[in-house]
Amino acid sequence: MIRLEQVSKRYPDGTVAVDDLTLTAPTGKITVLVGPSGCGKTTSLRMINRMIEPTSGRILIDDQDTASRDANALRSGIGYVIQHAGLFPHRTIEHNVATVPLLLGWHKRKARERAREMLAVVGLDESMARRYPSQLSGGQQQRVGVARALAADPPVMLMDEPFSAVDPVVREQLQDEFLRLQAELGKTIVFVTHDIDEAIRLGDQVAVLRVGGKLAQVAEPAYLLAHPADDFVADFVGKDRGYRALGFVDGQVRVHDEPTVRLGASADEARAVTRDPWLLVVDEARMPQGWVEPERLTAPIEAATLALGGTLARQGGPLRNALDSALSSPSRRGVVVDDDGRLVGTVRAAEVLQQIEAADRPEQRDDDGAAALLEQTGELPVVTGPPPAASEPRRDP
Amino acid sequence: MIASVIDWLTDPAHWSGTDGIPSRIVEHLWASLLVVAIAAAIAIPLGVWVGHTGRGKWLVSAANALRAIPSLGLLFAVALWLGPRISNADIAFLLPAVIVLVILAIPPLLSGAYAGVEAVDPAARDAARGMGMSPMRVLREVELPCALPLILSGLRSATLQVVATWTIAAVLGVGGLGRYLLDGLASADYPQTAAGALLVAALAVLVDLVLAGVERGAVSPGLTDPTRAGKKPRREPVATTDPAGAPIGASASTQGREAS
Repeated sequence: MIRLEQVSKRYPDGTVAVDDLTLTAPTGKITVLVGPSGCGKTTSLRMINRMIEPTSGRILIDDQDTASRDANALRSGIGYVIQHAGLFPHRTIEHNVATVPLLLGWHKRKARERAREMLAVVGLDESMARRYPSQLSGGQQQRVGVARALAADPPVMLMDEPFSAVDPVVREQLQDEFLRLQAELGKTIVFVTHDIDEAIRLGDQVAVLRVGGKLAQVAEPAYLLAHPADDFVADFVGKDRGYRALGFVDGQVRVHDEPTVRLGASADEARAVTRDPWLLVVDEARMPQGWVEPERLTAPIEAATLALGGTLARQGGPLRNALDSALSSPSRRGVVVDDDGRLVGTVRAAEVLQQIEAADRPEQRDDDGAAALLEQTGELPVVTGPPPAASEPRRDP
Repeated sequence: MIASVIDWLTDPAHWSGTDGIPSRIVEHLWASLLVVAIAAAIAIPLGVWVGHTGRGKWLVSAANALRAIPSLGLLFAVALWLGPRISNADIAFLLPAVIVLVILAIPPLLSGAYAGVEAVDPAARDAARGMGMSPMRVLREVELPCALPLILSGLRSATLQVVATWTIAAVLGVGGLGRYLLDGLASADYPQTAAGALLVAALAVLVDLVLAGVERGAVSPGLTDPTRAGKKPRREPVATTDPAGAPIGASASTQGREAS
């Protein structure tokens, strides 16, 4: 557990980077600091490993005051990942990853074995080990950065906009893997980003900071979206927050049976199945492939002629995905699959909306009370209604 | 003319004795090595310190201004001022020559070391510190290895200049290949002068090749990878001209001619 107690950072020229910040990052959870530029989020992060010394206040890691420890020893016990990865260009990937173990005096061979293990953990091929950072893509470099931070198995990780310098597709992939990794490793993570979507996607708890280094609100993502504390937070979390909040609402929507046809079926076979203008095509494993219009078919169904574009919703997953699959489907029937990606049936947008109306919003609660609770127990306050961080991983199927 | 130069160079009498070509080359190399070693011992730590701390950048500009001083003029000035104060006759002439050439060698070494350390990726430096490296360790394990290409490039530039310019130190009576040029001129033995100039040029090229080999061996492949070649200035970034008006790092033969 990391606790910041009334931490401030003032510079000699009078600038206040962080103003009286009190915050707890619970053990084994991801706490995201988010805010516009100049809100002091990076400064707050860097004060935790004493890259920046606070002007006043205390920072405790597992109840030990960081100021009482040797700064270098403190830092080598904390994983540190930064925006541009900051790999050492003159060292091989393997040597980069082994940095902290070597710093801690591990034997060379052991450190190298550990580095290879870590590369596998972050999904990099062993052939990368002997390469140099300049030979890797931005996304790969960032994976190496994460591997390097994890190499000595630190209980605490600080991550400063680690995914913001890579393109959106790679970023999403890295975020997914980061969540998968965290589900296994359960590190205590403080994560800085300026991207509210990323904050909501990754955070177990999100702290919104405003310019001047003041804490605006700390809450779980679902609660933050439903109950922004003030106009600033409301503005910052964005206009489509209502829709995004559905990503945290799980619900059972009625699933209808959907007539299907196999890939390769003839036009007549397709027309025999349904009278509906749209027909769903599946493969041998009953994985949805796309939609066809039987009336327009002139040849057997091929993968290349399918109408695509519909998203898939996972059974029992968030309502946002169910609604999105219905809205994006050419037939307006959202395709629902099971955990293995096999077809379960389809949902209708209207029924998803009914479900949404029936679902509870995260209940209104006094924010100071929540902060006080955090301060006392260091635990996330319990929110009635569907728990946002419930067993379902928050990712698109 | 060419034939007489070849005759001079191939004359066995010129390849032995204390004024023979091998011993002159050894003298020349020793003197150059001494000068570069002294200059490097001063300039590299200083440049690294400036690059590391970001303080004292004026030192680099000041050193570059030194390049405007004509070396021959300085050579006489220092010899006239220092010579009478030293009783040992050998040192009385050697020391001024060494001092002047050290002054000449400092600017490229200093700018190379400074530019090299300053150009280290701030993210790499930040990461090194954030992982718990002490400042000395950051310097040793990250900044110096990353700065090595530019440090060595400064070293090559300085060495080339010293090897070429030690020739003119012969006016003070010190040894080296410059002897052939001056003695040849004094006795109107032009084949000797031309042969001396050729030898200086050849020596400079050879030394540069050796240093290029050292550079290739010492610098991490991660820093010289072709995919990065365009991103990092491989040569000394400070554009200045030397007293003769030739760009710094000009070919050895240009500088050899300056001396002849």
